[in-house]
Amino acid sequence: MTPLRKAVGSLVAPLVAVVAAMLITSVVVALSGSSPMEFWQIIFEPPADRVYVNIVNQSSMIFLSALAAAIGFRMNLFNIGVEGQYQMASYVSAVVVGAAFVPGPLNVVLGLVVAVVTGALWAGIAGVLKVTRGVSEVISTIMLNAIAGTLVGYFMSTYGIRTGNARQTATIPESSRVPGFTPFLERDGAIWSLVLIAVLAGIAFSFVLNRTRFGFDLRATGMSETAAVASGVKVSRMIVISMLISGGIAGLIWMPAFFGSAYSYGTAYQAGLGFTGIAVALLGRNRPLGIMFGALLFAFLNEQSNRLTLNSDISQNVVLITQGVIVLAVVVAYEVVRRRQAAAEQRAVTQKLQAEPRGSGTGPSDTTEVKA
Amino acid sequence: MTATDTEPGATHATDAVRVRGVGKRFPGVIANHDVDITIRSGTVHALIGENGAGKSTLMKILYGVQKPDEGTLTVNGKDVSFSSPTDAIAQGIGMVFQHFMLADNLTVLENVVLGAEKMYGIGDKARAEIVRISQAYGFGLDPDELVEDLGVGERQRVEILKVLYRGAKIIILDEPTAVLVPQEVDALFANLRELKAQGNTILFISHKLDEVLAIADDITVMRRGTTVGEAKPQGATKRQLAELMVGSELPSPETEESTVTDQVLLEVVDLTLHDSFGRALLSDIDLTIRKGEVVGIAGVEGNGQAELVEAIMGMRKPSAGRISVGGQDISHWDTRERRGAGIGYIPEDRHRHGLLLDAPLWENRVLGFQDRPPAVKGIMIDRGAAREDTERIVREYDVRTPGIDTAARALSGGNQQKLIVGREMSGDPVLLIAAHPTRGVDVGAQAAIWEHIKRARRQGLAVLLVSADLDELIGLSDRIEVILRGRLVGEFDPKQITPQDLGSAMTGGHDDETEAQQ
Repeated sequence: MTPLRKAVGSLVAPLVAVVAAMLITSVVVALSGSSPMEFWQIIFEPPADRVYVNIVNQSSMIFLSALAAAIGFRMNLFNIGVEGQYQMASYVSAVVVGAAFVPGPLNVVLGLVVAVVTGALWAGIAGVLKVTRGVSEVISTIMLNAIAGTLVGYFMSTYGIRTGNARQTATIPESSRVPGFTPFLERDGAIWSLVLIAVLAGIAFSFVLNRTRFGFDLRATGMSETAAVASGVKVSRMIVISMLISGGIAGLIWMPAFFGSAYSYGTAYQAGLGFTGIAVALLGRNRPLGIMFGALLFAFLNEQSNRLTLNSDISQNVVLITQGVIVLAVVVAYEVVRRRQAAAEQRAVTQKLQAEPRGSGTGPSDTTEVKA
Repeated sequence: MTATDTEPGATHATDAVRVRGVGKRFPGVIANHDVDITIRSGTVHALIGENGAGKSTLMKILYGVQKPDEGTLTVNGKDVSFSSPTDAIAQGIGMVFQHFMLADNLTVLENVVLGAEKMYGIGDKARAEIVRISQAYGFGLDPDELVEDLGVGERQRVEILKVLYRGAKIIILDEPTAVLVPQEVDALFANLRELKAQGNTILFISHKLDEVLAIADDITVMRRGTTVGEAKPQGATKRQLAELMVGSELPSPETEESTVTDQVLLEVVDLTLHDSFGRALLSDIDLTIRKGEVVGIAGVEGNGQAELVEAIMGMRKPSAGRISVGGQDISHWDTRERRGAGIGYIPEDRHRHGLLLDAPLWENRVLGFQDRPPAVKGIMIDRGAAREDTERIVREYDVRTPGIDTAARALSGGNQQKLIVGREMSGDPVLLIAAHPTRGVDVGAQAAIWEHIKRARRQGLAVLLVSADLDELIGLSDRIEVILRGRLVGEFDPKQITPQDLGSAMTGGHDDETEAQQ
């Protein structure tokens, strides 16, 4: 199979999925008594400048979230707990940065490190439980999500600073803010500088997985745990390390927004990205480039759907259906493509075998041939 | 012994199953060819043969899992063609797999009706039917008992009941006694006799000759993908059957003059291994292999060969004993360190332990060599060098593939195995552990792999060869150890022993090692 055909194959699946999702969404919109045409017109209307900025910002966070999920998926580890990991990380980091132990930019670095460490530790609990007690990471991470939510809620209501009828952590000092740059007018908002974290994380992910021994061990474990063990991979160690990395990336999810515009953990905290990330990781086949397109698509749909409330009587939530169907359809489509590619490869091998004369083998082997 | 009540053809007008000229090929492997079997109605018919003789492929053909490439199947006088097990069930053929397929947390009733709800519903009618079958054949099963509370023998009866419930009159049992203790075997045989007495036909697959002689009315022997003989238990002896099973051809993989040195390379002392229930899988294994020596391990499957290999590879933790390679104690090393010390490993199950099936060939070259050149440079994978070395293996070991970017899954068994052999030999090993190196590969690849093992021996490697193919063992080994119930029970000189003698030593039968030497 040529690389080109492979590339085309991996593009076909997501395209088919998006088309299927559009069809089903149209049906849903029509059933609810609205016009599908109107719906798509609003969604595909060229975004306003402000919306472009939002799409970039949002997709960076979705991208990080999907990356966190993807590293687990690549070794058959289902970290459903990205949501809780980045909530814990965001809160702890906000408290530390807000306390301003160190000045200016150093405080930013400290905040990022704290976020990574917190996220990693929170995910590490699930890793250690799996390795030592055999607890399924799916169950433990879901439970850790609930615990994280409750714990942060408790700390906020106990130690949070009251502002109006909400609570927040201490606002971070002016010198520790990383606002970003404004490609359009000032009122259209800024693209956060820390969006770069997502880019760097994506590059690092790709490099580590494809080029390093560690990445090979991780992928080998994901493809066949038994073969990995026989090749000398210590699987339980890999599980804990992968969970730590996954949680570490999860810890970074909200950081662009935190340093770029929120400046404190409170009403500005954006929950739910952890679950979006799982869907986008599936959509992007756990590969950074695919995840990037998936994140842009999801951010685009989210942002454009805001208009539905203003310009039509169609519920904004219809977009959730679109996103859901995309993910479902893409999983099916990938499997179909994978099987077809496997079959094509098998045929190629068979052709190759038939093209060559049989029984050539290594020279001296003929001496050993005895047929009943 | 038993089962002498039927006279061929006298009481049964039709044959339950007739197989004529059936063949089945997979890419690069001929699994079955020219298979002929006639199973008379109302008999217990035993199908025997070594592992890899093609029994399971034939069984899958009979049960509709595989479609034969050629030949005809006749069931109760009717020509049939199955495209799925559903078709086979419709013709009254049922199958009980070696590994039970029961849901532990459901009751007997629930397990039996699962998937067959349309037949008698899921309520009282189904319960009545289950009780009726259970009583008719003396199964003694309570439909409302939870399967998790049942013993192994009872679970097997549930499996048989499932098949009968679905209306099967011809029942295929795949190695049914492999999981049973002797008392349970007796109980199973009592059930089988009852089934037979009531007109059912049973195809019994096994490689345990004692049992076959005890229960079968007819015996068919398979070897190397085809049926090679038929026998009646009344007239046959274990030795004759063993001879048919392993074949009396000359050992083909013969080695040349001895290259054995006096330098001990692998030394295993008092190796003992227990499973999680504390049962001994290996007991006090003492084994030495010298440089340039091939030591063969002969044994019936499941007597500890796999465990011995995995203990030496560091994949299982022994409870006691010492393993050293080249004088160095490696007992506490992990698998990667052991591989690094120069142990090459050709695993028994290449799909599970030897390959990343969905990864390209060059990535499979890296597998097991993640810690040394040329595949790796520092903490990085050296793609260029790994690819180059994969090209070399493909060339030197004659791996038939369109390229090194092909997924391992696409290759035939023989070519996959050649890739593994090439990879394991490329690390300059001092010890090669080869478990069933030619299982499931075509004749051409088999010869090539034998040649590579011989070359390894000439190069002064120590080789541990585990195989079920006695010709292979006798032909390649300098010394053969027989393993039985986790113990090494006898040492043989391959020049002095025939496959038949070895076969009886392996089964620990009445003609034990000393007698076998005559």
